[in-house]
Amino acid sequence: MSVTANPRTIENPARPVSSGQRKQSLREKYGDRAFNIGATTVLLLSILAVVYPLYFIVIASVSDPNAVYEGKVWLFPSGITTEGYERIFADSRIWNGLGNTLIYTVLGTVISVSTILCGAYALSRKDMPGRKILMLLFVITMFFDGGLITKYLVVRDLGMLNTVWAVVLPGAVGVWNLIIARSFFEHTIPNELREAAQMDGATDFKFFFKMVLPLSKPLIMLMIMIHVVAHWNSFFDALIFLNDDSKYPLQLVLRNILIQSDVSSTGTTGGDIASYAAAQRIAELTKYAMIVVSSLPLMIALPFMQKHFTKGAMIGAVK
Amino acid sequence: MSSRTIPARRGRPAATPLPQRKNSLSLRLKRISRAWQLYVLLAPAVVYILVFKYWPMYGVQIAFKNYNPVDGFTDSPWVGLTHFIRFVNSYQFGQVVGNTLWIAILGLLVAFPIPIILALLVNQLQSERFKKFTQTVLYSPAFISTVVVVGIMFVLLSPRSGLVNNAIQLAGVEPVFFMGSAEWFRPIYVISDVWQNAGFSMIVYLAALAAIDPALHDAAKVDGASKLQRIRHIDLPGIMPVVTILFILAIGNLLNVGFEKALLMQTPLNISSSEIIQTYVYHAGLQQAQFSYSAAIGLFNSLLNLVLLLVFNTIARRANQATLW
Repeated sequence: MSVTANPRTIENPARPVSSGQRKQSLREKYGDRAFNIGATTVLLLSILAVVYPLYFIVIASVSDPNAVYEGKVWLFPSGITTEGYERIFADSRIWNGLGNTLIYTVLGTVISVSTILCGAYALSRKDMPGRKILMLLFVITMFFDGGLITKYLVVRDLGMLNTVWAVVLPGAVGVWNLIIARSFFEHTIPNELREAAQMDGATDFKFFFKMVLPLSKPLIMLMIMIHVVAHWNSFFDALIFLNDDSKYPLQLVLRNILIQSDVSSTGTTGGDIASYAAAQRIAELTKYAMIVVSSLPLMIALPFMQKHFTKGAMIGAVK
Repeated sequence: MSSRTIPARRGRPAATPLPQRKNSLSLRLKRISRAWQLYVLLAPAVVYILVFKYWPMYGVQIAFKNYNPVDGFTDSPWVGLTHFIRFVNSYQFGQVVGNTLWIAILGLLVAFPIPIILALLVNQLQSERFKKFTQTVLYSPAFISTVVVVGIMFVLLSPRSGLVNNAIQLAGVEPVFFMGSAEWFRPIYVISDVWQNAGFSMIVYLAALAAIDPALHDAAKVDGASKLQRIRHIDLPGIMPVVTILFILAIGNLLNVGFEKALLMQTPLNISSSEIIQTYVYHAGLQQAQFSYSAAIGLFNSLLNLVLLLVFNTIARRANQATLW
């Protein structure tokens, strides 16, 4: 496009029309202001819709369960109690689940991230013979899947049922993560750098471990976070592959208590209806506290993680 | 490649080819040894997909067999389409397929456009701080686990003490047992999906919007375009390729997403609308050990999904939009 072909540059040389333009921009501003008000309102309502349920759970977790039951808790906690939290901390299932989750998270993240980084780097190298076919091998699995049953049977045939490996291995490498990592390497590791290193006699191993990895800290952080969050939150593999509840991760313990409404933790041993109802309310209180405790670690880490996740979304979008 | 270069060299003077050939030979050896290290780096990932992706894929043949553990995938006897016919004729078939399509289509109609709208609105915000804040808040529920989100539903929607029922009782309406009613399953499922994931999905669109050349907006402003007009004529066309690709990917995953949540939300009382193909596979396959039958149902699900993907990709191509292939 040449400059003269653009009518705007001819009709609107910087100054002379500015008074007319100001009038026009006032009118525009009127419409745009209405838009701004509308947009801000919608977004504020969305924020409220996200925040209020979470806020309510926090205040309900420290409120007298009777007040919650009677619907007296709306904006502020009433009749502060820490009993819900005390019960959680006294519950050995929670601690056991937390311990298991930590083991699965650390082990799973180490396995996944190292496999993905190494594999993605190799796939990012355009000079690797067979690169396209190998990549296709991975991409195909994004569209075709053996399904739940055969996955279960394979894990069973491998003798992994009811072991740590069943939790950390079957989902270890996500192809999407592999693609993100590969395009990160493609875009951030200049070919010249590798050529220079090769000139100096560096092998691929050496170059990868000594140069590529130190240059890929944002990617490594992103990958670690994706996997920590995924492991922290996952329950399904544990549900189908583990049958020994001493091996259950936190989320599965939470499922049994929060959703299957297992009230045994409240220590009710029969008794009259009134004490049963009281126990029920304590159980509800414990559920609120449990939601808070189990989500808190990630929520605290969120502002720190967000930067990396946003970057990751962009790498993924650019592809 | 070598077969093409060697005859060309034959015509050259005898003195030069020797060192050159030596050179290219050592270069090739070097390349192989180099690639060899790359293959070692790639090996764990390849072993992983062979074992945990391709082996199960190979095992899909049990959908046409009567699987028994002794004979394994390969040697179990063939039974043809028996399991498929049994599924299609079973009384659950219509219900389960219907429920699956219902949830998938509702999700697509409601949960797919909302992140786009949110991104367009957030993108127009003047204040960078408010922008950041909105983004962070809307995005945070994505980090809450499915178990906890469903747990939140159970406590907030509880008929005895839940927040929602307390609120509607204030308005004089009878409390509703949301989690125990088949009619409420779908709305709760979709609303909670939006609540949890809209903010996260929004990020990709925001990234796409950030990539739009600001000069387009400046030029439109000079021409007197309002914000709505700029959204309509600059932002939307700008993110359309991303929207199309994500839409097709969403279709590709249509029948697979949300299975864990549906399973968690299931109660004996809402089963008539919460039993989808995949939860049915789980119940029939893993809880009742009907491996071949449930593998056949799983395969049916994948095929249905593939058909949807092909149809929508074709539509996208006809409409001259970006396509997956």
